[in-house]
Amino acid sequence: MHREEEKVVEIRGVKKSFDENHVLRGVDLDLHKGENLVVLGKSGTGKSVLIKLMVGLLKQDEGSITILGKNTDNLKLKELNKLRLKIGFAFQASALYDSMTVRENLEFPLVRNVKNLSRKEINKKVEGLLDSVGLPKTINQMPAELSGGQKKRIGIARTLILEPEIMLYDEPTAGLDPTTCIDINNLINQVKEEYNTSSIVITHDLTCAKVTGDRMAVLIDGQFQAVGPFEEVFAQATNPRIKSFYDYNFIQ
Amino acid sequence: MSEQSEKNKPVLTKKLDKFLTGLANAFRFVKRFFQEVWLPPYEFKEILRQCYEIGYRSLPLISLTGFIVGIVFTNQSRPSLTEFGATSWLPALISIAIIRAMGPLVTALIAAGKVGSSIGAEIGSMKVTEQIDAMEVSAINPFKYLVVSRTIATTLMIPILVLYTDFVALIGSFINVNQNELVSLSSFFVQVFEAISFLDVFSSLIKSLVFGFTIGIVGCYKGYNSSNGTEGVGKAANASVVMSMFLIFIEELLALQIVNAIRYA
Repeated sequence: MHREEEKVVEIRGVKKSFDENHVLRGVDLDLHKGENLVVLGKSGTGKSVLIKLMVGLLKQDEGSITILGKNTDNLKLKELNKLRLKIGFAFQASALYDSMTVRENLEFPLVRNVKNLSRKEINKKVEGLLDSVGLPKTINQMPAELSGGQKKRIGIARTLILEPEIMLYDEPTAGLDPTTCIDINNLINQVKEEYNTSSIVITHDLTCAKVTGDRMAVLIDGQFQAVGPFEEVFAQATNPRIKSFYDYNFIQ
Repeated sequence: MSEQSEKNKPVLTKKLDKFLTGLANAFRFVKRFFQEVWLPPYEFKEILRQCYEIGYRSLPLISLTGFIVGIVFTNQSRPSLTEFGATSWLPALISIAIIRAMGPLVTALIAAGKVGSSIGAEIGSMKVTEQIDAMEVSAINPFKYLVVSRTIATTLMIPILVLYTDFVALIGSFINVNQNELVSLSSFFVQVFEAISFLDVFSSLIKSLVFGFTIGIVGCYKGYNSSNGTEGVGKAANASVVMSMFLIFIEELLALQIVNAIRYA
């Protein structure tokens, strides 16, 4: 069981609407240090919105979000940017910069945020990360030349270059073949071990959830209906919607 | 209750609301540019890269267009001057037309089509593929990196392209005049420089700066605010061109009034 002081993210009563679409209706969630928390839910339930609120890409209508002890509600941009450096965000579609090579994609956040790095240090870091995601040969390739799985790996490598304490994965296995999904799931676990990160993984893929998650949080109708270990949430589920979510995934 | 009243608004009110909101957003966008342009980090490398993209890469199209404008305008002006036996005025007439109006306008319109659409599409595509969000979450200011650098580049490069277009158009005009009136290069350019004043060149350059700024900021604004996936990217590119061209004509009209007021004061 995690102790109270080990929380790195605390979300309390967060609500978010887009016009008449009430996406999050009072969400509470904790992320503990060193754990992988998987947020599950059908498409359009507000999973991605939740992590976008955490990094300040969106603003919640109500509630509070505390990350690494800092309440993000009224942070000034400079403070928010400081906090953002401690959070790695792996986007669903990778969001690699089209006009830059893989090397430039990885270097870009590094040279912008860490001053006085020598070329040798930058190269070492970039090459080391590409090695650890298993794609050292792609260094001079353009994003358009990469496969979907490779893009995801490079996207994760790019977020790791600033050595974040928290990783946020937005649908890391979406649109990938089963073999590549396994690779990405293993990479998520490898990142946790090697970089000692705490992570939130947004997905609707139960295999990914089972393999990568220490705890699950199931988002239905804008609220978490169940939070806990996989077995507890799904095997003993009494909520028919959670059960159907489980059955649908595994019958497939 | 407020959502209900929003729904019940007449179509015209909704459109006016949308227009005014758009205007306010555009104003905020321009204001943000002027706030951020003075603040570090100064994206010199990106500005240089954009200057190359916008300036150098536009040269072939601008050269061809300027050259053709010079020839066509000379050809079209000749019959009127022939009626008065004043074909010797051709170099003066052409130079005034090109330096004061045709050069800046043609360059700006070509750049709005080529550069404005490409900026709108590029930033729009970055927006819909979350590349702009990726910059933000990496604590990089995307406005500074994308908008400020591109707008500075267009503002600097359009005046240079205008000078180049003027030159190429005058060369086109000279070839036409030389073939028909047998005027030499030196005498053609002596007449050209006698006809134009400092105010002509200066106002043309100032006007070009404004055109350049307009092309850059409109392209960036439309791209930065694009939505609805790839459809939105196309719309952003298209809207960049249409809005830039519209504003360029309005600015041309205003510039004409101001310069005339100075000239005849």
